Amino acid sequence: MYKRQNTVIEERTDFSSKILLFTSLPFYPAKEEIMELNPIQKYNRALDYLFKGTAAFFALLIVAVMIGILLQLLENSLPAIHKFGFSFLFSQEWNPVSGKFGAASSIYGTLISTVIAMILAVPLSLVIALFLVELAPPLIGNLVGNAIELLAAIPSIIYGMWGLFVFAPFMEKHIQIPLQEHFGFIPLFQGPPMGIGMLSAGIILALMVLPFVCAVMRDVFRMVPSVVKEASYGMGSTTWEVTRRVTISYGVQGLLGAIILGLGRAIGETMAVTFVIGNSHSISPSLFEAGNTIASTLANEFTEADNPIYLSALVSLGLVLFLITFVIQIIAHFWLKRIRKSMGGGL
Amino acid sequence: MKIVSGLASFIGILFLTWILFEVVRKGAGALNISFFTELTSPAGIAGGVANAIIGTVLITLLAALIGVPAGLFAGVYLSEFGSYSRLGSLVRFSINVMIGVPSIIVGLFVYTILVLPFKHFSGYAGAAALAIIMMPVAARTTEDMLNLVPNSLKESALALGTPRWRTTLGIVFRAAKTGLITGVLLAVARVSGETAPLLFTAMNSQYWPKSLNEPTANLTITIFNYAMSPYADWQEKAWGASLLIMTGVLLLTILARILAKEAKK
Amino acid sequence: MFFILSSFAVFSPHPPEAHAQKINGAGATFPYPVYSKWAFKYNQITGIGVNYQSIGSGGGIQQIKAKTVDFGASDAPLVKSELDKIGIIQFPMVIGGVVPVINLPGIKPGQLKLSPETLSGIFLGKIKKWNDPSIRVINPGLALPNRAIAVVHRADGSGTTWIFTNYLDKVSPEWHNRVGTDKAVSWPAGVAGKGNEGVAAYVQRINGSIGYVEYAYALVNKMNYTLLRNSAGEFSSPTVENFQAAAANADWKNAPGFYLVLTNQPGKNSWPITGASFILLYKEQKNASQAKAMLDFFDWCFRHGDSAARQLDYVPLPQSLYDLVEDLWTKEIRSNGRPVWKMAK
Repeated sequence: MYKRQNTVIEERTDFSSKILLFTSLPFYPAKEEIMELNPIQKYNRALDYLFKGTAAFFALLIVAVMIGILLQLLENSLPAIHKFGFSFLFSQEWNPVSGKFGAASSIYGTLISTVIAMILAVPLSLVIALFLVELAPPLIGNLVGNAIELLAAIPSIIYGMWGLFVFAPFMEKHIQIPLQEHFGFIPLFQGPPMGIGMLSAGIILALMVLPFVCAVMRDVFRMVPSVVKEASYGMGSTTWEVTRRVTISYGVQGLLGAIILGLGRAIGETMAVTFVIGNSHSISPSLFEAGNTIASTLANEFTEADNPIYLSALVSLGLVLFLITFVIQIIAHFWLKRIRKSMGGGL
Repeated sequence: MKIVSGLASFIGILFLTWILFEVVRKGAGALNISFFTELTSPAGIAGGVANAIIGTVLITLLAALIGVPAGLFAGVYLSEFGSYSRLGSLVRFSINVMIGVPSIIVGLFVYTILVLPFKHFSGYAGAAALAIIMMPVAARTTEDMLNLVPNSLKESALALGTPRWRTTLGIVFRAAKTGLITGVLLAVARVSGETAPLLFTAMNSQYWPKSLNEPTANLTITIFNYAMSPYADWQEKAWGASLLIMTGVLLLTILARILAKEAKK
Repeated sequence: MFFILSSFAVFSPHPPEAHAQKINGAGATFPYPVYSKWAFKYNQITGIGVNYQSIGSGGGIQQIKAKTVDFGASDAPLVKSELDKIGIIQFPMVIGGVVPVINLPGIKPGQLKLSPETLSGIFLGKIKKWNDPSIRVINPGLALPNRAIAVVHRADGSGTTWIFTNYLDKVSPEWHNRVGTDKAVSWPAGVAGKGNEGVAAYVQRINGSIGYVEYAYALVNKMNYTLLRNSAGEFSSPTVENFQAAAANADWKNAPGFYLVLTNQPGKNSWPITGASFILLYKEQKNASQAKAMLDFFDWCFRHGDSAARQLDYVPLPQSLYDLVEDLWTKEIRSNGRPVWKMAK
């Protein structure tokens, strides 16, 4: 049904402009007069150019900044790349004294903590957003909405400190120790329960990502035209069916945008993670063990790094993160293409 | 369905309340008159964070003045002109990548272009770093929100002879207004809590911000310094300042939403 | 509301501002509280605004190299060849101590004695239990439990780690071979806490743990500190007097470029894990009045900053050391060929 709608609209567009053209034909000025635009039209034309130009300028500005950062990262990573080569990506060693560095533990930590954060945050955000738009009475909806947005305003260092001094003891006592008691045979839950580690970092990240994803999803759902929803209700769908088939499908692109926003936050979060992830440069299958992420290592070690290879290795970590984001973007791009094909665009 | 979503919302609120409670508990004691009116002072000597407040307001304002319009226009470009073009794909790609860049890397980049050549730290560099972080966030939400406006609306306006610029800025913007404001607020909220990008750009200062062309006092780095110290009065001020940031952003959000509703009428 | 409050702030009375000079410095985190206090007081007296910010010792060295600040600060001194290559001098400004802290119920602060061998053995992960014979031997009469030792170290790079590992490096050949000295090292054992705060928090929470923190943190958090045997064979306790003893007994005269690490210094009372924090300045100063203003500030700190430093649990330099520093200024610092500093005496 949606596929057809898409082509119908495309046709309609052509059709309407054709009609416009056709009906205005008798009123078309003679050839000489066509070239002469009245002042208002000239003004608007100029503004249109200005408009497009400004928009393009800023769009390209962002591209330029990205390229600038990439170039700078490349330039400063060269010494490390030169010394370590590809093995940098796979080595777990991190020894500032001997000058041997490897990104493996950082890459692992970045990916795992981000995955945990997204698994927790995205479904939660989706459900909360639906609650705010569809199910909640307006007053509660507003209140809860503002409260969720407030989570976004908390400085990341507060998340870090709260995480270390308040949340970690809680995690240790009420989550890690019970988990170990009952499921300790699974390697995921082994290791000393100190309240910090990969799982704690993932949970804190989820908290930080939640308001962004949720706020955007809420607005996406709000933008679904009532017409469409009501049509569906009119055909006898239940609330859940309407939500699933109509609301979510209509806004799928926006929802993905929200997820990307949250993903970006999770992957690049610096301050909060450094407090609770423990900064250990080894890979461990356990969620309770300390680890590190690229951003946390940068935050912890950059200001004190004094020799060139150390600095270069740290910058190389930044470059690796850039590349990871590239790869995720490419995957998302192809995935989005598939979804677009099967669901169609908007109205 | 209602139960599940209600429960989820409850969990979100629970954590917020928990954190808020802790921040208030630890920081409320620091919020007295001198907190808002006096210079940052050494541990053990009474003082406040007034210069840091002013500095943060100035830097964030400048960053918003640059970053918000830039992000909005970039989003407009993507939505209006770049949906299917190659350039559009490149721009979209860049925005998504930039959202994920750790803020410390942005800070280092701005350090290289705005601090090293001039041989001094400045509030301007700090604002630039924050603007760079804001831009992609604003652009991402702008594009998504604008895309959600039904094409029929745009087309009817265009068919009536409205020029392109007016259609977008007047009509489409108005339709997507709430979403756009959310995007802007999220971008501002995101940078108001950032420490790392300011470290190598605006640095920090113990004195009143006389000009943005020198190291400028700001709240986030002050919070970081105070929180990591062993002195109880400094730590309390750190929590107090964090409470201040949260309250500030909350007020901004409420203000923006009220203004949006007013305009609608 | 922000604007109302900030206008309040701008129009309220505040100390005489730096119409005159602003001096910018950046670097080590360790001395940040005392440098900023000195700057505050100096500003109240003279109106000159010295702005010191802690961006890390590495950051301090980078910034002075890039000439974006007037002076840099580093917890780890640079070697003379490095100093000459860049064209800067360094001098010690303030002293502090690093203290091992433990969490062992039944043992009171200052009760447990450790030796260089036991301390390094613990942090190497070789001594795993508190009732290990090597610990019991130096602590006769203490009831040490059969409990595992949990090692806590720093997650972030820091001058505190540099001083601590420098000590271990000096006293333990195995540490020297396996780990070495740096602001961040590859620790053989233990968990990592962020900042002194993080380490202190872990030690206080984990039963049977041992960590290392700056003196101020141990004092303020009333932590369980240990005694440590120094090079004279005596068990020294971490006090301001013993930090100063280590500094006073050190052989500064023969240290080229003031490159001297105060760990394991001779002297009956010397605390073995003492360290100085250094200021870095260019020999060639472009602006003579700016240079003189800077040196005036440091001079004031040396002569009048003692009580301020002690209030924050920092250790001021002994007078003999300051004389050597002033001598360095007189000899080395020039602006356009002319000396900037003249010794008062």
